[in-house]
Amino acid sequence: MHPVVATVLQRLALGLLTLFVVSIIIFSSIELLPGDFTEAVLGQAATEETVAAFRLELGLDKPAPLRYLDWVGALMQGDLGTSFSGRAASGVDRSRSVAELVGPRLANTLFLASMTAIIAVPLALFLGITAALKRNSFYDKAVSSLTLTTISFPEFFVAYILILLFATLNSWFPSLANVDPGMALGTRIWTSFLPALTLTLVIVAHMMRMTRAALINLLASPYIEMARLKGEPPRTVILKHALPNAWAPIATVIAFNLAYLVVGVVVVEVVFVYPGIGQLMVDAVSSRDIPVVQACALIFAGTYILLNLLADIIGIITNPRLLHPK
Amino acid sequence: MSQDNNTYSAAGEVAMVKTRRTRAQRIWIELRKAPPTAIFGMVVIFIYLFTAIFAPWLAPYGEAEIFAVPFDVWSSTHWLGTDQIGRDIASRMIYGARNTIGIAFVTTLLAFFIGGGLGLVAAINRSWLDQVISRAVDVLMAIPSLIFALMLLSIFGSSAGSLIIIIAVLDSTRVFRLTRAVAVNVVVMDYVEAARLRGEGLGWVMRREILPNIMPPLVAEFGLRFCFVFLTIAALSFLGVGIQPPTADWGTMVRETATLIQFAKFDLKAGMTPLVPAAAIALITVAVNFVVDWFLHKTSGLRDEH
Repeated sequence: MHPVVATVLQRLALGLLTLFVVSIIIFSSIELLPGDFTEAVLGQAATEETVAAFRLELGLDKPAPLRYLDWVGALMQGDLGTSFSGRAASGVDRSRSVAELVGPRLANTLFLASMTAIIAVPLALFLGITAALKRNSFYDKAVSSLTLTTISFPEFFVAYILILLFATLNSWFPSLANVDPGMALGTRIWTSFLPALTLTLVIVAHMMRMTRAALINLLASPYIEMARLKGEPPRTVILKHALPNAWAPIATVIAFNLAYLVVGVVVVEVVFVYPGIGQLMVDAVSSRDIPVVQACALIFAGTYILLNLLADIIGIITNPRLLHPK
Repeated sequence: MSQDNNTYSAAGEVAMVKTRRTRAQRIWIELRKAPPTAIFGMVVIFIYLFTAIFAPWLAPYGEAEIFAVPFDVWSSTHWLGTDQIGRDIASRMIYGARNTIGIAFVTTLLAFFIGGGLGLVAAINRSWLDQVISRAVDVLMAIPSLIFALMLLSIFGSSAGSLIIIIAVLDSTRVFRLTRAVAVNVVVMDYVEAARLRGEGLGWVMRREILPNIMPPLVAEFGLRFCFVFLTIAALSFLGVGIQPPTADWGTMVRETATLIQFAKFDLKAGMTPLVPAAAIALITVAVNFVVDWFLHKTSGLRDEH
């Protein structure tokens, strides 16, 4: 077997193993709840029959490993369980299925994340590469210090400054990004412009700095010096000698930051009241609606792990030294 | 060296070298050579600490004292106005310094205690124990920490105690990795072996042989971890699941006064109110980063200047 294929398969197996362990951790969160949590969910006035019925529905009469298998099996079929909210002591059950709650919000979050990625990735690559090429120039210093400042700022600070400047002092964009499915694409982009801009500012800083660092390291290596001494034009030096080795670190940087986006989206969604999965998770945490929290945590953690795995694999398959072993 | 021009003598200069400078003198010499960014950072940190320690004397009003007019404008009686139930925002900012910095500091300390301790044990032990802890840390780090913290908070409820423990445990993973990585290089040194042969216990080897040699990167990491913990707690409080009212805290204050931003067109100062606690959070992060950068530069080439 080609060594690259072997390494990739090894990484995939490791990623799946991590996903499995993480799913066990998330599943066991319900085990850590105090024993009387059913009463907390159903209310003080719950009769013994309702409590018993609820416990049966959660499958608490079965041993934990069996319940884990049931849970994973249901997950595979897209069934994320039923929300705790909307249950009453009388046994009236108005709760909704978690999948129904999560589905549309996940679509919204993905829309916001991809909109951010489309703006942020080319921008960060452009800034990073140009700053690395014009190292120590005024342009480089200006971009670097600007990004260093935005890194240190908490997301909500950036968000509120943007709201102050673009939504209240000049009403160019709405301060509440309340999107709904019936919106036309143009209005939708306009409505979610400020949250996307906030996220862009936060992740461009990271990506730009890491791209710049990766390229500067590369440009200092002897084979680039050699190419220059041979008299190659700068274009060939960059495109033929530097970039093939730079793809791996740059791809890692991008995937890593998209994974970071997963976390950043939570705060930004709350600031702009954007109906996404991050806001759903925060609401569920406040009301201690464990099934919804579990589903959201699983989606976030899964995305994070998969993106990091993707970064790893891209890093391996674009590495010229691994592709042509001795 | 001797700066006195009138009584300069070569013999005096040579004799000076023998007198060892005291620790305070050496620190003062280093401080004077510090770049302006580091000085700025240290001044900011000093002001924050001063405010945090002397909060009850500095604050014009009490932490939870309620006045008649909610959402009052900036004035001479209420420097930053009042919040949604009529508490003086300037006073809450000052008390908030104490609570926010205090909780973040305790959390970071606890994270270092757990992560550093386990890291040292793993580095010395290097057997199944090392493997078990390292793999557990790998798994914990595979989940984004904000998401993990949110999940754990939903189980244990949002109180200051559970907040501190959850964030400390999640953050100790990174401390563990760093401590283990730097300690592994020290454990193989001859003097550690000598101490072991002498029959010193695990505690002695950890504290007296290894710890002093890995201190600089750990101190720098402490600054960076503190920033990270500070931002995480601020974010959680902002989301409403961190530090709970009536305790004054900057993250919560941003959330509580956020509606004021809608009125910026009519009263710019009142509209800026939510930005004040947010800026306070940003400023201390920048300040600590400046000082840590300088410290890293001084102690080693651990982090290259990119």
